[in-house]
Amino acid sequence: MDFASLDFEPFMLSFKLAGVTTLILFVIAIPVSWWLSQTKCRCKPFVEAVSSLPIVLPPSVLGFYILFALSQNSPVGVFFEETFGIKLVFNFTGLVIASVFYSFPFMVQPLQGGFESLNKNMLEASYMAGKSRFETMYRVALPNIKPAVLTALIVTFAHTVGEFGVVLMVGGSIPGETKVASVAIYEFVETLDYGQAHLYSAIMLVMSFSVLLAVYLFNARHSRRIGVR
Amino acid sequence: MLAINIRKTLLGATGNMELDIDLMIKEHAFVALAGKSGSGKTTLLRVLAGLESAAGSIKVDGVIWQDEKKVLSSQKRGIGFVFQDYALFANMSVKENLLYVCKDETLADELLEMTELTALRDRLPSSLSGGQQQRVSLCRAMMNRPKLLLMDEPLSALDPEMRSKLQHDILNLHKIFGTTTVMVSHDPSEIYRLADFMVVLDAGKIVKEGTPKEVMLKTQGSQKFSLRGELLDIIKADVIYVGVVSIGQQIVEVVMDSEEAKQFYVGESVLISTKAFSPTISKLLP
Repeated sequence: MDFASLDFEPFMLSFKLAGVTTLILFVIAIPVSWWLSQTKCRCKPFVEAVSSLPIVLPPSVLGFYILFALSQNSPVGVFFEETFGIKLVFNFTGLVIASVFYSFPFMVQPLQGGFESLNKNMLEASYMAGKSRFETMYRVALPNIKPAVLTALIVTFAHTVGEFGVVLMVGGSIPGETKVASVAIYEFVETLDYGQAHLYSAIMLVMSFSVLLAVYLFNARHSRRIGVR
Repeated sequence: MLAINIRKTLLGATGNMELDIDLMIKEHAFVALAGKSGSGKTTLLRVLAGLESAAGSIKVDGVIWQDEKKVLSSQKRGIGFVFQDYALFANMSVKENLLYVCKDETLADELLEMTELTALRDRLPSSLSGGQQQRVSLCRAMMNRPKLLLMDEPLSALDPEMRSKLQHDILNLHKIFGTTTVMVSHDPSEIYRLADFMVVLDAGKIVKEGTPKEVMLKTQGSQKFSLRGELLDIIKADVIYVGVVSIGQQIVEVVMDSEEAKQFYVGESVLISTKAFSPTISKLLP
Protein backbone atom coordinates (compact mmCIF):
# COMPACT_ATOMS: atom_id res chain seq x y z
CA MET A 1 0.00 0.00 0.00
CA ASP A 2 1.27 3.42 -0.86
CA PHE A 3 0.05 6.31 1.26
CA ALA A 4 2.14 8.88 -0.60
CA SER A 5 0.36 8.31 -3.87
CA LEU A 6 -3.08 8.35 -2.23
CA ASP A 7 -5.38 10.54 -4.26
CA PHE A 8 -7.76 12.38 -1.97
CA GLU A 9 -9.77 13.92 -4.76
CA PRO A 10 -12.50 11.21 -4.82
CA PHE A 11 -12.98 11.67 -1.07
CA MET A 12 -13.15 15.44 -1.35
CA LEU A 13 -15.68 15.04 -4.15
CA SER A 14 -17.76 12.62 -2.08
CA PHE A 15 -17.85 15.05 0.85
CA LYS A 16 -18.56 18.05 -1.33
CA LEU A 17 -21.45 16.19 -2.95
CA ALA A 18 -22.76 15.02 0.43
CA GLY A 19 -22.43 18.51 1.95
CA VAL A 20 -24.27 20.28 -0.87
CA THR A 21 -26.97 17.59 -1.02
CA THR A 22 -27.52 17.68 2.75
CA LEU A 23 -27.84 21.46 2.75
CA ILE A 24 -30.33 21.51 -0.13
CA LEU A 25 -32.35 18.64 1.33
CA PHE A 26 -32.51 20.24 4.78
CA VAL A 27 -34.18 23.31 3.30
CA ILE A 28 -36.62 21.23 1.22
CA ALA A 29 -37.35 18.52 3.79
CA ILE A 30 -38.28 20.71 6.78
CA PRO A 31 -41.51 22.08 5.28
CA VAL A 32 -42.35 18.70 3.70
CA SER A 33 -41.84 16.70 6.89
CA TRP A 34 -43.63 19.32 9.00
CA TRP A 35 -46.58 19.18 6.63
CA LEU A 36 -46.59 15.36 6.65
CA SER A 37 -46.51 15.30 10.46
CA GLN A 38 -49.42 17.72 10.85
CA THR A 39 -51.71 17.00 7.91
CA LYS A 40 -54.93 15.04 7.99
CA CYS A 41 -55.10 15.11 4.19
CA ARG A 42 -56.14 11.87 2.53
CA CYS A 43 -53.30 12.25 0.07
CA LYS A 44 -50.72 11.77 2.89
CA PRO A 45 -50.09 8.02 2.26
CA PHE A 46 -49.58 8.79 -1.42
CA VAL A 47 -47.03 11.51 -0.71
CA GLU A 48 -45.32 9.28 1.86
CA ALA A 49 -45.11 6.39 -0.60
CA VAL A 50 -43.63 8.57 -3.34
CA SER A 51 -41.08 10.15 -1.01
CA SER A 52 -40.00 6.74 0.30
CA LEU A 53 -39.53 5.19 -3.15
CA PRO A 54 -35.76 5.76 -3.24
CA ILE A 55 -35.38 3.43 -0.24
CA VAL A 56 -36.77 0.40 -2.05
CA LEU A 57 -36.02 1.22 -5.68
CA PRO A 58 -32.75 -0.20 -7.05
CA PRO A 59 -30.38 2.79 -7.46
CA SER A 60 -29.90 1.84 -11.09
CA VAL A 61 -33.63 2.27 -11.72
CA LEU A 62 -33.69 5.67 -10.07
CA GLY A 63 -30.48 6.62 -11.86
CA PHE A 64 -31.88 5.51 -15.19
CA TYR A 65 -35.02 7.63 -14.82
CA ILE A 66 -33.04 10.66 -13.69
CA LEU A 67 -30.65 10.21 -16.59
CA PHE A 68 -33.59 9.87 -18.93
CA ALA A 69 -35.35 12.93 -17.51
CA LEU A 70 -32.31 15.23 -17.48
CA SER A 71 -30.46 14.17 -20.61
CA GLN A 72 -30.03 16.44 -23.61
CA ASN A 73 -32.85 14.62 -25.37
CA SER A 74 -35.45 15.36 -22.68
CA PRO A 75 -37.51 18.59 -22.46
CA VAL A 76 -35.95 19.41 -19.06
CA GLY A 77 -32.44 18.86 -20.37
CA VAL A 78 -33.12 20.92 -23.49
CA PHE A 79 -34.62 23.75 -21.43
CA PHE A 80 -31.62 24.02 -19.10
CA GLU A 81 -29.14 23.69 -21.93
CA GLU A 82 -30.80 26.43 -24.03
CA THR A 83 -31.78 28.82 -21.21
CA PHE A 84 -28.87 28.61 -18.79
CA GLY A 85 -26.33 26.81 -20.93
CA ILE A 86 -25.83 24.05 -18.35
CA LYS A 87 -25.80 20.35 -18.87
CA LEU A 88 -27.52 18.32 -16.17
CA VAL A 89 -25.90 14.93 -16.62
CA PHE A 90 -22.33 13.60 -16.46
CA ASN A 91 -21.22 16.51 -14.32
CA PHE A 92 -21.34 17.59 -10.67
CA THR A 93 -24.69 19.40 -11.02
CA GLY A 94 -26.24 16.19 -12.26
CA LEU A 95 -24.83 14.31 -9.28
CA VAL A 96 -26.34 16.82 -6.86
CA ILE A 97 -29.77 16.60 -8.49
CA ALA A 98 -29.66 12.80 -8.46
CA SER A 99 -28.47 12.71 -4.83
CA VAL A 100 -31.25 15.04 -3.73
CA PHE A 101 -33.80 12.57 -5.08
CA TYR A 102 -31.93 9.55 -3.80
CA SER A 103 -31.40 10.80 -0.23
CA PHE A 104 -34.75 12.57 0.14
CA PRO A 105 -36.40 9.94 2.42
CA PHE A 106 -33.33 9.80 4.66
CA MET A 107 -33.83 13.46 5.51
CA VAL A 108 -37.64 13.48 5.59
CA GLN A 109 -38.29 10.40 7.70
CA PRO A 110 -36.27 11.26 10.84
CA LEU A 111 -37.62 14.83 10.77
CA GLN A 112 -41.21 13.64 10.30
CA GLY A 113 -40.76 11.12 13.12
CA GLY A 114 -39.38 13.87 15.35
CA PHE A 115 -42.25 16.25 14.59
CA GLU A 116 -44.81 13.49 15.15
CA SER A 117 -43.33 12.61 18.55
CA LEU A 118 -43.85 16.15 19.84
CA ASN A 119 -46.56 16.78 22.40
CA LYS A 120 -49.49 18.11 20.35
CA ASN A 121 -50.62 20.22 23.30
CA MET A 122 -47.32 22.07 23.24
CA LEU A 123 -47.89 23.08 19.62
CA GLU A 124 -51.48 24.04 20.39
CA ALA A 125 -50.29 26.17 23.29
CA SER A 126 -48.16 28.06 20.78
CA TYR A 127 -51.12 28.56 18.42
CA MET A 128 -53.22 29.89 21.28
CA ALA A 129 -50.41 32.29 22.11
CA GLY A 130 -51.20 33.77 18.70
CA LYS A 131 -48.22 32.28 16.89
CA SER A 132 -48.49 31.15 13.27
CA ARG A 133 -47.76 27.63 12.07
CA PHE A 134 -44.42 28.74 10.68
CA GLU A 135 -43.32 30.47 13.87
CA THR A 136 -44.46 27.46 15.93
CA MET A 137 -42.47 25.14 13.68
CA TYR A 138 -39.39 27.32 13.82
CA ARG A 139 -39.36 28.36 17.49
CA VAL A 140 -41.05 25.44 19.26
CA ALA A 141 -41.05 22.30 17.09
CA LEU A 142 -37.54 22.37 15.58
CA PRO A 143 -35.62 23.20 18.80
CA ASN A 144 -37.40 20.32 20.53
CA ILE A 145 -36.38 17.69 18.00
CA LYS A 146 -32.63 18.39 17.94
CA PRO A 147 -31.68 14.68 18.04
CA ALA A 148 -33.96 14.00 15.06
CA VAL A 149 -32.46 16.95 13.17
CA LEU A 150 -28.95 15.72 13.85
CA THR A 151 -29.88 12.17 12.85
CA ALA A 152 -31.46 13.42 9.63
CA LEU A 153 -28.42 15.54 8.74
CA ILE A 154 -25.87 12.86 9.49
CA VAL A 155 -27.76 9.95 7.93
CA THR A 156 -28.37 11.99 4.78
CA PHE A 157 -24.73 13.01 4.63
CA ALA A 158 -23.47 9.49 5.26
CA HIS A 159 -25.94 7.98 2.83
CA THR A 160 -24.89 10.38 0.10
CA VAL A 161 -21.22 9.60 0.73
CA GLY A 162 -22.09 5.93 0.37
CA GLU A 163 -23.96 6.41 -2.89
CA PHE A 164 -22.82 4.29 -5.80
CA GLY A 165 -25.41 3.12 -8.31
CA VAL A 166 -27.14 6.42 -8.94
CA VAL A 167 -23.84 8.27 -9.14
CA LEU A 168 -22.47 5.85 -11.68
CA MET A 169 -25.62 6.05 -13.83
CA VAL A 170 -25.94 9.83 -13.82
CA GLY A 171 -22.35 10.93 -13.44
CA GLY A 172 -20.16 8.23 -14.86
CA SER A 173 -16.57 8.39 -13.62
CA ILE A 174 -14.95 11.65 -14.66
CA PRO A 175 -11.94 12.38 -12.41
CA GLY A 176 -12.39 15.58 -10.43
CA GLU A 177 -15.98 15.95 -11.62
CA THR A 178 -18.00 12.83 -10.89
CA LYS A 179 -15.50 10.22 -9.70
CA VAL A 180 -16.47 9.93 -6.04
CA ALA A 181 -14.85 7.56 -3.51
CA SER A 182 -17.31 4.69 -3.98
CA VAL A 183 -16.84 4.77 -7.76
CA ALA A 184 -13.06 4.96 -7.33
CA ILE A 185 -13.11 1.81 -5.19
CA TYR A 186 -15.14 0.01 -7.84
CA GLU A 187 -12.57 0.94 -10.47
CA PHE A 188 -9.67 -0.22 -8.31
CA VAL A 189 -11.31 -3.60 -7.95
CA GLU A 190 -12.02 -3.76 -11.68
CA THR A 191 -8.35 -3.10 -12.42
CA LEU A 192 -7.36 -5.64 -9.73
CA ASP A 193 -5.61 -2.95 -7.64
CA TYR A 194 -6.69 -4.51 -4.34
CA GLY A 195 -4.15 -2.54 -2.31
CA GLN A 196 -5.76 0.82 -3.15
CA ALA A 197 -9.22 -0.68 -2.87
CA HIS A 198 -8.41 -1.86 0.66
CA LEU A 199 -7.05 1.51 1.65
CA TYR A 200 -10.01 3.47 0.29
CA SER A 201 -12.51 1.04 1.79
CA ALA A 202 -10.83 1.16 5.20
CA ILE A 203 -10.90 4.96 5.20
CA MET A 204 -14.62 4.95 4.32
CA LEU A 205 -15.35 2.38 7.02
CA VAL A 206 -13.53 4.27 9.77
CA MET A 207 -15.08 7.60 8.84
CA SER A 208 -18.63 6.20 8.60
CA PHE A 209 -18.27 4.50 11.98
CA SER A 210 -16.91 7.64 13.67
CA VAL A 211 -19.73 9.77 12.33
CA LEU A 212 -22.44 7.36 13.49
CA LEU A 213 -20.81 6.94 16.90
CA ALA A 214 -20.74 10.71 17.34
CA VAL A 215 -24.47 10.93 16.54
CA TYR A 216 -25.45 8.23 19.02
CA LEU A 217 -23.26 9.75 21.73
CA PHE A 218 -24.86 13.15 21.22
CA ASN A 219 -28.38 11.73 21.24
CA ALA A 220 -27.74 9.80 24.45
CA ARG A 221 -26.51 12.96 26.15
CA HIS A 222 -29.35 15.08 24.81
CA SER A 223 -32.09 12.71 25.96
CA ARG A 224 -30.58 12.69 29.45
CA ARG A 225 -30.58 16.49 29.54
CA ILE A 226 -34.07 17.20 28.18
CA GLY A 227 -35.60 14.25 30.03
CA VAL A 228 -37.19 11.52 27.97
CA ARG A 229 -40.96 11.76 27.93
CA MET B 1 -71.01 37.24 28.23
CA LEU B 2 -70.14 33.98 26.54
CA ALA B 3 -72.91 32.49 24.39
CA ILE B 4 -72.27 28.94 23.23
CA ASN B 5 -74.50 27.01 20.90
CA ILE B 6 -72.64 24.16 19.27
CA ARG B 7 -73.20 20.69 17.85
CA LYS B 8 -70.69 18.05 16.86
CA THR B 9 -70.83 14.32 16.24
CA LEU B 10 -68.22 12.50 18.30
CA LEU B 11 -66.92 9.00 17.92
CA GLY B 12 -67.51 7.53 21.38
CA ALA B 13 -66.69 4.15 22.87
CA THR B 14 -70.31 3.13 22.45
CA GLY B 15 -70.91 4.34 18.91
CA ASN B 16 -71.55 7.89 17.75
CA MET B 17 -72.44 10.56 20.26
CA GLU B 18 -73.99 13.92 19.58
CA LEU B 19 -72.40 16.84 21.43
CA ASP B 20 -75.14 19.42 21.74
CA ILE B 21 -74.41 22.36 24.01
CA ASP B 22 -76.49 25.48 24.54
CA LEU B 23 -74.95 27.50 27.33
CA MET B 24 -74.66 31.10 28.50
CA ILE B 25 -71.78 32.07 30.76
CA LYS B 26 -71.66 35.41 32.55
CA GLU B 27 -68.62 37.63 32.32
CA HIS B 28 -66.05 37.01 35.10
CA ALA B 29 -67.77 33.75 36.04
CA PHE B 30 -65.81 30.69 37.17
CA VAL B 31 -67.49 27.69 35.60
CA ALA B 32 -66.69 24.09 36.45
CA LEU B 33 -67.35 21.48 33.79
CA ALA B 34 -67.99 18.03 35.24
CA GLY B 35 -69.19 14.69 33.95
CA LYS B 36 -68.00 11.17 33.22
CA SER B 37 -65.02 10.67 30.96
CA GLY B 38 -66.13 10.61 27.36
CA SER B 39 -69.06 12.92 28.03
CA GLY B 40 -67.63 15.65 25.79
CA LYS B 41 -66.06 18.04 28.34
CA THR B 42 -62.65 18.24 26.72
CA THR B 43 -64.16 18.50 23.25
CA LEU B 44 -66.30 21.43 24.39
CA LEU B 45 -63.19 23.13 25.76
CA ARG B 46 -61.27 22.51 22.56
CA VAL B 47 -64.09 23.85 20.41
CA LEU B 48 -64.12 27.01 22.55
CA ALA B 49 -60.37 27.29 22.00
CA GLY B 50 -60.76 26.89 18.24
CA LEU B 51 -58.68 23.70 18.27
CA GLU B 52 -61.56 21.62 16.95
CA SER B 53 -64.37 22.44 14.59
CA ALA B 54 -68.06 22.18 15.36
CA ALA B 55 -71.32 23.42 13.89
CA GLY B 56 -73.10 26.34 15.55
CA SER B 57 -72.03 29.64 17.04
CA ILE B 58 -69.84 31.05 19.80
CA LYS B 59 -70.07 34.71 20.79
CA VAL B 60 -67.90 36.45 23.35
CA ASP B 61 -68.97 39.91 24.48
CA GLY B 62 -70.73 40.48 21.16
CA VAL B 63 -67.69 39.38 19.13
CA ILE B 64 -68.43 36.38 16.91
CA TRP B 65 -65.83 33.65 17.38
CA GLN B 66 -67.69 31.33 15.10
CA ASP B 67 -70.97 31.17 13.20
CA GLU B 68 -72.19 29.75 9.89
CA LYS B 69 -70.04 32.14 7.88
CA LYS B 70 -66.71 32.31 9.65
CA VAL B 71 -64.55 30.67 12.26
CA LEU B 72 -61.97 32.71 14.15
CA SER B 73 -58.67 30.82 14.39
CA SER B 74 -57.12 29.84 17.73
CA GLN B 75 -54.42 32.42 17.14
CA LYS B 76 -56.94 35.28 17.10
CA ARG B 77 -59.11 34.31 20.07
CA GLY B 78 -56.62 35.49 22.68
CA ILE B 79 -57.46 32.78 25.18
CA GLY B 80 -55.42 31.24 27.95
CA PHE B 81 -55.34 27.46 28.05
CA VAL B 82 -53.96 25.19 30.76
CA PHE B 83 -53.46 21.55 29.83
CA GLN B 84 -53.47 18.61 32.22
CA ASP B 85 -49.95 17.66 31.06
CA TYR B 86 -48.64 21.27 31.36
CA ALA B 87 -47.42 21.30 27.71
CA LEU B 88 -44.61 23.77 28.42
CA PHE B 89 -42.12 24.63 25.69
CA ALA B 90 -39.37 22.19 26.68
CA ASN B 91 -36.61 24.14 24.92
CA MET B 92 -37.28 27.37 26.81
CA SER B 93 -36.63 28.40 30.39
CA VAL B 94 -39.52 29.26 32.71
CA LYS B 95 -39.31 32.94 31.92
CA GLU B 96 -38.85 32.36 28.18
CA ASN B 97 -42.02 30.27 28.23
CA LEU B 98 -43.89 33.32 29.47
CA LEU B 99 -42.17 35.84 27.19
CA TYR B 100 -42.84 33.66 24.14
CA VAL B 101 -46.54 34.50 24.49
CA CYS B 102 -45.99 38.22 24.99
CA LYS B 103 -42.82 40.26 25.41
CA ASP B 104 -44.03 41.92 28.59
CA GLU B 105 -41.19 41.57 31.12
CA THR B 106 -43.07 43.40 33.87
CA LEU B 107 -46.09 41.14 33.64
CA ALA B 108 -43.90 38.03 33.49
CA ASP B 109 -42.00 39.09 36.63
CA GLU B 110 -45.24 39.90 38.41
CA LEU B 111 -46.78 36.54 37.58
CA LEU B 112 -43.66 34.64 38.65
CA GLU B 113 -43.62 36.61 41.90
CA MET B 114 -47.29 35.87 42.57
CA THR B 115 -46.82 32.15 42.08
CA GLU B 116 -43.48 32.01 43.93
CA LEU B 117 -41.55 30.95 40.85
CA THR B 118 -39.07 33.84 40.69
CA ALA B 119 -36.17 31.71 41.91
CA LEU B 120 -36.85 29.14 39.19
CA ARG B 121 -37.16 31.56 36.28
CA ASP B 122 -34.02 30.38 34.44
CA ARG B 123 -34.66 26.66 34.85
CA LEU B 124 -35.81 24.35 32.06
CA PRO B 125 -39.27 22.80 32.54
CA SER B 126 -37.87 19.26 32.69
CA SER B 127 -36.04 20.13 35.92
CA LEU B 128 -39.24 21.22 37.70
CA SER B 129 -41.77 19.23 39.71
CA GLY B 130 -45.29 18.67 38.38
CA GLY B 131 -46.76 21.36 40.60
CA GLN B 132 -44.11 23.87 39.58
CA GLN B 133 -44.63 23.10 35.90
CA GLN B 134 -48.36 23.59 36.21
CA ARG B 135 -47.82 26.95 37.91
CA VAL B 136 -45.60 27.99 34.99
CA SER B 137 -48.30 26.82 32.61
CA LEU B 138 -50.86 28.88 34.50
CA CYS B 139 -48.63 31.97 34.32
CA ARG B 140 -48.05 31.39 30.63
CA ALA B 141 -51.81 31.24 30.04
CA MET B 142 -52.20 34.65 31.72
CA MET B 143 -49.49 36.34 29.64
CA ASN B 144 -51.86 37.54 26.91
CA ARG B 145 -54.31 38.79 29.55
CA PRO B 146 -57.03 36.45 28.32
CA LYS B 147 -60.72 37.25 28.54
CA LEU B 148 -61.35 33.54 28.61
CA LEU B 149 -59.22 31.10 30.58
CA LEU B 150 -59.76 27.42 29.76
CA MET B 151 -58.36 24.64 31.93
CA ASP B 152 -58.56 20.93 31.18
CA GLU B 153 -58.25 19.02 34.47
CA PRO B 154 -55.31 21.20 35.46
CA LEU B 155 -54.78 19.65 38.88
CA SER B 156 -55.66 16.00 38.42
CA ALA B 157 -52.04 14.89 38.09
CA LEU B 158 -50.94 16.58 41.33
CA ASP B 159 -50.92 15.46 44.95
CA PRO B 160 -53.51 16.92 47.34
CA GLU B 161 -51.17 19.43 48.98
CA MET B 162 -50.01 20.86 45.67
CA ARG B 163 -53.62 20.98 44.48
CA SER B 164 -54.61 23.13 47.35
CA LYS B 165 -51.77 25.59 46.65
CA LEU B 166 -52.64 25.77 42.96
CA GLN B 167 -56.34 26.20 43.66
CA HIS B 168 -55.36 29.29 45.59
CA ASP B 169 -53.20 30.55 42.70
CA ILE B 170 -55.92 29.88 40.14
CA LEU B 171 -58.59 31.72 42.11
CA ASN B 172 -56.20 34.58 42.75
CA LEU B 173 -55.31 35.06 39.09
CA HIS B 174 -58.94 34.63 38.03
CA LYS B 175 -59.88 37.53 40.29
CA ILE B 176 -56.91 39.80 39.56
CA PHE B 177 -57.19 39.46 35.77
CA GLY B 178 -61.00 39.44 35.74
CA THR B 179 -61.09 36.48 33.39
CA THR B 180 -64.04 34.31 32.60
CA THR B 181 -62.82 30.85 33.50
CA VAL B 182 -64.00 27.42 32.39
CA MET B 183 -62.36 24.46 34.13
CA VAL B 184 -62.88 20.75 33.59
CA SER B 185 -62.73 19.01 36.97
CA HIS B 186 -63.78 15.80 38.71
CA ASP B 187 -62.97 16.85 42.24
CA PRO B 188 -66.03 18.05 44.21
CA SER B 189 -63.99 19.94 46.80
CA GLU B 190 -62.08 21.72 44.06
CA ILE B 191 -65.29 22.65 42.27
CA TYR B 192 -66.85 23.87 45.48
CA ARG B 193 -63.84 25.99 46.42
CA LEU B 194 -63.29 27.58 43.01
CA ALA B 195 -66.41 27.65 40.88
CA ASP B 196 -69.47 29.84 41.18
CA PHE B 197 -71.33 27.93 38.49
CA MET B 198 -71.28 24.30 37.53
CA VAL B 199 -72.33 22.36 34.44
CA VAL B 200 -72.60 18.57 34.35
CA LEU B 201 -72.38 16.82 30.97
CA ASP B 202 -73.53 13.35 30.13
CA ALA B 203 -73.25 11.83 26.66
CA GLY B 204 -72.73 15.23 25.09
CA LYS B 205 -75.71 16.96 26.70
CA ILE B 206 -76.01 19.26 29.70
CA VAL B 207 -77.84 17.27 32.37
CA LYS B 208 -77.45 19.62 35.34
CA GLU B 209 -76.44 23.22 35.83
CA GLY B 210 -76.44 25.61 38.74
CA THR B 211 -74.24 26.69 41.62
CA PRO B 212 -71.97 23.90 42.90
CA LYS B 213 -74.08 23.81 46.07
CA GLU B 214 -77.32 23.31 44.15
CA VAL B 215 -75.85 20.64 41.91
CA MET B 216 -73.73 18.64 44.32
CA LEU B 217 -75.33 19.03 47.76
CA LYS B 218 -78.22 16.70 47.20
CA THR B 219 -79.43 13.80 49.26
CA GLN B 220 -82.12 11.29 48.38
CA GLY B 221 -85.40 11.26 50.34
CA SER B 222 -85.21 12.16 54.00
CA GLN B 223 -81.54 11.33 54.45
CA LYS B 224 -79.57 13.97 56.22
CA PHE B 225 -76.14 12.78 55.31
CA SER B 226 -75.10 10.69 52.35
CA LEU B 227 -71.84 9.82 50.66
CA ARG B 228 -71.08 7.86 47.53
CA GLY B 229 -68.47 5.16 47.72
CA GLU B 230 -67.27 1.87 46.36
CA LEU B 231 -67.84 -1.39 48.19
CA LEU B 232 -64.40 -2.98 48.55
CA ASP B 233 -65.11 -6.06 50.66
CA ILE B 234 -67.79 -7.89 52.68
CA ILE B 235 -66.40 -9.58 55.79
CA LYS B 236 -68.39 -12.02 57.95
CA ALA B 237 -68.05 -11.26 61.67
CA ASP B 238 -69.99 -13.72 63.83
CA VAL B 239 -73.64 -13.24 62.94
CA ILE B 240 -73.29 -9.94 61.18
CA TYR B 241 -71.39 -8.73 58.13
CA VAL B 242 -69.07 -5.73 57.77
CA GLY B 243 -68.92 -3.89 54.47
CA VAL B 244 -65.69 -2.07 53.71
CA VAL B 245 -66.37 1.02 51.65
CA SER B 246 -63.96 3.53 50.14
CA ILE B 247 -65.22 7.11 50.20
CA GLY B 248 -62.94 9.67 48.64
CA GLN B 249 -59.48 9.05 50.12
CA GLN B 250 -60.84 7.12 53.10
CA ILE B 251 -61.97 3.62 54.00
CA VAL B 252 -64.96 3.14 56.32
CA GLU B 253 -66.78 0.11 57.72
CA VAL B 254 -70.55 -0.33 57.67
CA VAL B 255 -72.54 -3.05 59.44
CA MET B 256 -74.72 -5.17 57.18
CA ASP B 257 -77.15 -7.97 57.99
CA SER B 258 -77.09 -11.26 56.12
CA GLU B 259 -79.87 -10.19 53.74
CA GLU B 260 -78.01 -7.01 52.79
CA ALA B 261 -74.76 -8.92 52.41
CA LYS B 262 -76.44 -11.09 49.76
CA GLN B 263 -77.82 -8.11 47.82
CA PHE B 264 -74.55 -6.26 47.43
CA TYR B 265 -71.49 -7.30 45.49
CA VAL B 266 -67.88 -6.17 45.83
CA GLY B 267 -66.95 -3.38 43.43
CA GLU B 268 -70.44 -1.91 43.40
CA SER B 269 -71.03 1.84 43.77
CA VAL B 270 -73.00 2.42 46.94
CA LEU B 271 -74.54 5.23 48.93
CA ILE B 272 -73.72 5.49 52.63
CA SER B 273 -76.31 7.53 54.50
CA THR B 274 -77.67 8.16 57.94
CA LYS B 275 -80.89 9.73 59.19
CA ALA B 276 -81.01 9.52 62.94
CA PHE B 277 -77.77 11.09 64.03
CA SER B 278 -76.38 14.40 63.11
CA PRO B 279 -72.76 14.15 62.02
CA THR B 280 -70.30 16.07 64.14
CA ILE B 281 -67.35 18.01 62.84
CA SER B 282 -64.03 18.26 64.63
CA LYS B 283 -60.52 19.47 63.86
CA LEU B 284 -57.93 17.02 62.60
CA LEU B 285 -55.11 16.37 65.06
CA PRO B 286 -51.69 16.64 63.43
